[in-house]
Amino acid sequence: MPETVAIRRHKPTLKAPAIDPMRPSRSADEMADAPTKINVADVEFFYGPKQALFGINLAIPEKCVTAFIGPSGCGKSTLLRCMNRMNDMIDEARVKGSLTLDGQDIYAPRVDVVELRKRVGMVFQKSNPFPKSIFENVAYGPRVAGERNKARLYEITERCLRHAALWEEVKDRLDDSALALSGGQQQRLCIARALATEPQVLLMDEPASALDPASTSRIEDLIFELKEQYTIVIVTHNMQQAARVSDQTAFFFEGKLIEAGPTTDLFTNPKKRQTEDYITGRFG
Amino acid sequence: MSLQADPNSLEARRSYLGSKVFGWLCALSTAICIAALVWLLVDVLMNGLPWLSWTLLTSYPSRDPSKAGILPALMGSLWLIALTALLSIPTGVGAAVYLEEYVASSWWKKLVQLNISNLAGVPSIVYGILGLGLFVRGMHLERSVIAGALTLTLVVLPIVILSTQEALRAVPGTIRQASYALGATRWQTVWRQVLPAALPGVMTGVILAIARALGEAAPLVAIGAVAYVAFVPQSLSDEFSAMPLQIFNWAERPQEEFHGLASAAIVVLLAVLIVLNTGAVLVRAKYGRRIKW
Repeated sequence: MPETVAIRRHKPTLKAPAIDPMRPSRSADEMADAPTKINVADVEFFYGPKQALFGINLAIPEKCVTAFIGPSGCGKSTLLRCMNRMNDMIDEARVKGSLTLDGQDIYAPRVDVVELRKRVGMVFQKSNPFPKSIFENVAYGPRVAGERNKARLYEITERCLRHAALWEEVKDRLDDSALALSGGQQQRLCIARALATEPQVLLMDEPASALDPASTSRIEDLIFELKEQYTIVIVTHNMQQAARVSDQTAFFFEGKLIEAGPTTDLFTNPKKRQTEDYITGRFG
Repeated sequence: MSLQADPNSLEARRSYLGSKVFGWLCALSTAICIAALVWLLVDVLMNGLPWLSWTLLTSYPSRDPSKAGILPALMGSLWLIALTALLSIPTGVGAAVYLEEYVASSWWKKLVQLNISNLAGVPSIVYGILGLGLFVRGMHLERSVIAGALTLTLVVLPIVILSTQEALRAVPGTIRQASYALGATRWQTVWRQVLPAALPGVMTGVILAIARALGEAAPLVAIGAVAYVAFVPQSLSDEFSAMPLQIFNWAERPQEEFHGLASAAIVVLLAVLIVLNTGAVLVRAKYGRRIKW
């Protein structure tokens, strides 16, 4: 009779990323109490014939930071872009299932996409300031919404630049070209620009991936402050960043949502094997 | 084996020689082009400068070479390019914006695109005949300045559309995305971000188109503009003359003096073209500076 060998859970030699004690995330109770800002129910996404998202079910709680993690091509950016209907610009994109913001279906036939995008702002991976002055960049959102009063626009610009921790650096050169700023400054400018429309949700697609560690750290501090006021969803390739910054984490793999839960739980005690393998760096 | 190539081997020598010969041939082609241009300029300047005078610019054509001038032709040309610009810029830029920003790719769009590209290469005399039938006779505009301008608009429209499309395509998609993500409509995005960013390219295309219109003689001959016009156009329906026509008319005459006058008129025409092109360069420099992709 073959010996039964006690199967011992192999202790990973690679460690899961540590939670940052300086930036405590919200507890599971806090998040359970928070109302759901965006609800994703049975969402499937197709690029033409190719399916990119399979039956995603996820609730994004209000005024928390939710991180989407997963290897390249797993669909996290695609889901993010569904939330402000940026995928509408792709010709063969199709969405099935329901995505609601404050309970309202954002893909309903009579939805004003312009209004949606004012409420759900986006910051892109590579900073893309307009080739105009710093002031013109931040004021663009309110301008297209109809604000004409110069004084009001300056007020909004100052508020958003302060919020984005960029005011001190640019306050006496608001009319300079935005393209003259450094990479980290440009990304903070893009965040300020997104804040100018007074959104309720901020979607960030790998906002610090093109930045050096110092700038990355500043952006992360910023996100931590912003979550007091805004619901934030951040896609990141960098698991350590997700661990540092988010309250809830969702792990995606090949278009499916494998596991989602409070960050502390997911990183210290993942329920799925795949999740554990990914966060300890066995693949991806 | 050493990394250093052996300069004395047969392959090395052949390849080295081949490179050099190719370089010389390219330089020779450049030299030929520049030489032709320089020869033309020198010839025109040598013949024309003696005849360049205030009288030339302010007089009417006459049988007497010493009294002949280009005033009606110059005024006619200026009227023509002003009207052509006014007609072709909104239509051309509008068409390009529609094709690039509003229409998704489809077989219909490809057909339209192909047609516009082909129209850019159609000889301008064909547009002249079209103008004769449509504007002069069909719309009863007779041989007026407006008929001439409409015909020239047809000639330059494909050029304006194509160069504006190129300029719009050069604007990165990230700018549009950022604008949409901030809650702008398509029109706001085009009018406030895309067109301003594309402006240097659009202006260059427009000015090149206008410069082309300035030099066209064939379509104007077809619609019946004449070289002997004794007045400056005062309104849209007046008859007119144009610089290329006047130059052609004088060059045809047997007397040497008129050839000199023709050269002088060419110098004036070139001066106007240089002013226009310099304008294009300055506009590009001023607005292009702010945009560094």
